[in-house]
Order: sequence, then C-alpha cells, then structure tokens
Amino acid sequence: MNSIEESRTARALARDIREAAAKAPGPLRYMEVCGTHTMAIHAAGLKSFFPDNLKLVSGPGCPVCVTEKRFIDHAILIGQKYDAALVTFGDLIKVPGSLGSLATFRSEGGAVRVVYSPLDSIEISLQQPSRPTVFLGVGFETTIPTVAATLKTAKVREIENFFVLPAFKTIHPPLKALAAKDDLNGFLLPGHVSAIIGSDSYDYLVSEFHKPGVVAGFEPLDILLALRDLVRMTVEDSPEILNDYKRVVRSDGNPTARKIVKEVFEPSDASWRGLGVIPRSGLALRESYSRFDATLHLPVEVPDAPDDPRCLCAAILTGSKTPDRCGLFGKECTPEDPVGPCMVSSEGTCAAYYKYGAA
Amino acid sequence: MCLAVPMQLVEITGEGTGKVNAGGVRADVSLMMIPHVKLGDYLIVHAGFGIEVLDAEEAGIRLDLFRELAEATAGEEEP
Repeated sequence: MNSIEESRTARALARDIREAAAKAPGPLRYMEVCGTHTMAIHAAGLKSFFPDNLKLVSGPGCPVCVTEKRFIDHAILIGQKYDAALVTFGDLIKVPGSLGSLATFRSEGGAVRVVYSPLDSIEISLQQPSRPTVFLGVGFETTIPTVAATLKTAKVREIENFFVLPAFKTIHPPLKALAAKDDLNGFLLPGHVSAIIGSDSYDYLVSEFHKPGVVAGFEPLDILLALRDLVRMTVEDSPEILNDYKRVVRSDGNPTARKIVKEVFEPSDASWRGLGVIPRSGLALRESYSRFDATLHLPVEVPDAPDDPRCLCAAILTGSKTPDRCGLFGKECTPEDPVGPCMVSSEGTCAAYYKYGAA
Repeated sequence: MCLAVPMQLVEITGEGTGKVNAGGVRADVSLMMIPHVKLGDYLIVHAGFGIEVLDAEEAGIRLDLFRELAEATAGEEEP
C-alpha cells in the first residue's frame, strides 16, 4: 500500500470508530495491554483520531515497568559479591534500584553486558569460565521461550558458570485481575505474546467477564482496525475474542515454543510493581534446571526496597492514572534521569507521553 | 520489549539455525521454535529466535481489506 491508500484507510477506520462510538451509552475505556502497542500508538499520534468519549489506557505489559526495584538490587548484589558478569537486555540498564542502576554499577567497574539475544550470554560465559555469568530474566511470553531455549543449550553443552536470575511474568493472571474492573470496556491484546500463547487463550475475558478482546498487530492501521472492532462489539453488546493479527498469530499459538518453556520452567508466584504479588503469575526453574538458578547458587541478602511514594507508576500500570497527573513527570523524572521504571523503559507509558505528548 | 520484526530466511546453516535478511542486514537466527519453516519464508524474529512464520495468505487478506476501506473514502475531500 502507498501512503495515500494508507491515509485513506486510516480515515475510513477513524470514521467507523466515530460512528460506532456515537452509539455507545457512556464513555468507552479500553486498555492496550502491551507496551510495544503503547509506543506505536503514541508514535503514530493515533489518539488524535479518537472521539472524545473513547479513551485508551496503558496496561501492565511493559516488562521493565512491572519489575520491582528489588530485582535490580538483587542483580547488583550478586555482581558485587561474586564478581559476576550481569547480562541483560538494554531496556533494563537505566532502571534505578536502591543501590543505583546497572548503568551506574557498570560505571563503578561492575561487569554488565547488554545483549540482543539471551544466547549471547552462553558465549560470554565461555569467554570467562571462572566467572559466573548471570542472565537477568525479565520478560513476558514472547521472551520466555528464548531464555528457556538458551537454558536447554546450556544444559546440553554442560556450561557450569551460566545462571539465570528469573523475574519472568505471564500475562493472564494480571489480565484477569484487570478484567474485573468496571471502568474497562475491553482489551487491545498483545501481538507477539499472543503468537506464543494463541488467541484462544483469552476466552475467559468473554465467558467470565463478558468483555471483548482483539489481538492486534503493531502498524497504525492494525491498531485502528482493532479499536473499531472493540467499539463495535461493545456497542452491540456482543463480546468476542477477535484475532486481527492472523498473519502472525494462530488460534493455538506456538505449541513448540510452549513445550520448550514447560520443560524448563514451572509456574510460581510473582511480585509485580503496581499490582503486588499475584499467585502463579511468574515462572521458576524446574528441579531439573535448578543448577542454573542464580537465586539458589549465588545467594545474597536482598533488603526490601520501597518505591518513591511520589512515583505514580503503579497507578499508571493499572490504567487508573495518566502520567500528566504525576507531580514528578517531566520535572524530577525524565528519560535522562528517571525516578520510576515507566519513564525508563522505551515502551513505558511515561516515556511515551514525554516523547510524544499526551495525544 | 516484545518488539519483533519480519525477516526473510535466506540460508539454513545447521540443525535449527539459519540466516535471515531484512533490507540487506543479515543475522543469525535460531529456528528451534519453528521446525516447519522453509527457505524463503518470512519469520517474526525476536531476540535472535524465529518465533513464528508469517502467513502470506493472511497478509494478503489484510491488504485487501485495507484497500477496500481506502476506496470507500477515495472520493472524499482530504481534511
């Protein structure tokens, strides 16, 4: 499609959204669960297409944003005590913990390596066999299989100095908690998480909560199409789970990826910033992979790390506040010098508002 | 963090490994999660792994739908 066709399609979808929303009995409020959608929506200025009674709020699907401060402290304490190489995705590096961030730890001489793929951490551990290498395991269902596959490789190759510090999260438990909220009419469901778990896995939104959900791609037109479908389903009171990203997402997801995850991990309780401890919303290493568990083999005492009480990240992650309501936003808290993780992550809601404005 | 991009599989380099190409950039990719993949397929690549194969037929259906919508507004004034 050329850009003229694209802008015509966008106008057609915006008109469909306006017409459907005009029939709604009250305000329409949807949540985009995934941080990559948050960024795409702001980058394309999509909110300017919405009628006044339609609001889109951000959800908990930003892995860095829901990771607790204490996890950063845990990693740094392991790095200090065992002279370990900490291996991480770039997103996490500037998140402030109570002992500073991974970036400040590195500037003070700590070994912190940023990688594109978790597989790179195998190479790092082979380069320095006497030093423990610890992969910081943050992410949702899209990322979890890549770490599980890395662990399988490490097991086959009998690598003894490779460890994972797990803080993985799965999307269904918090989504269930959010679906119970009366002020949310439905959900724009994540694209690449769904590629793994499948669009059928969200059926409970309809059967238990009578709310629609649409799996969406990441192009601006994909997102407008998904919103049109959400508004129509709300107005017609006929909630369903629709898959508007069929070119990538299958109804049963990717069973091969899920099998790899199941071999390596088992469900565990997990603590979410903003949502607290949610039963069975995280993943721990199975007994057969416990030799790679940094928590067990590189033990440290990690003190509690309370958040700055002025930071509204928790309320922002659950869609109850927008960043412009936070007193720190854009003043004490900026992407260069962030207070909370919602400003750190490139896909955090505060970072998106800061970069592109509220619209 | 769940960013993933379509890249074409241009070479199978070993058991469960290959090379992808997007706009002239070639990269190693693990095919462990997509055992049914074929040379020339477009993969959705995340953190060095192909996590899914792009369904060309579904991609075509989406484009047809968008073209149809575009035609519906073609006669109108640009705002």
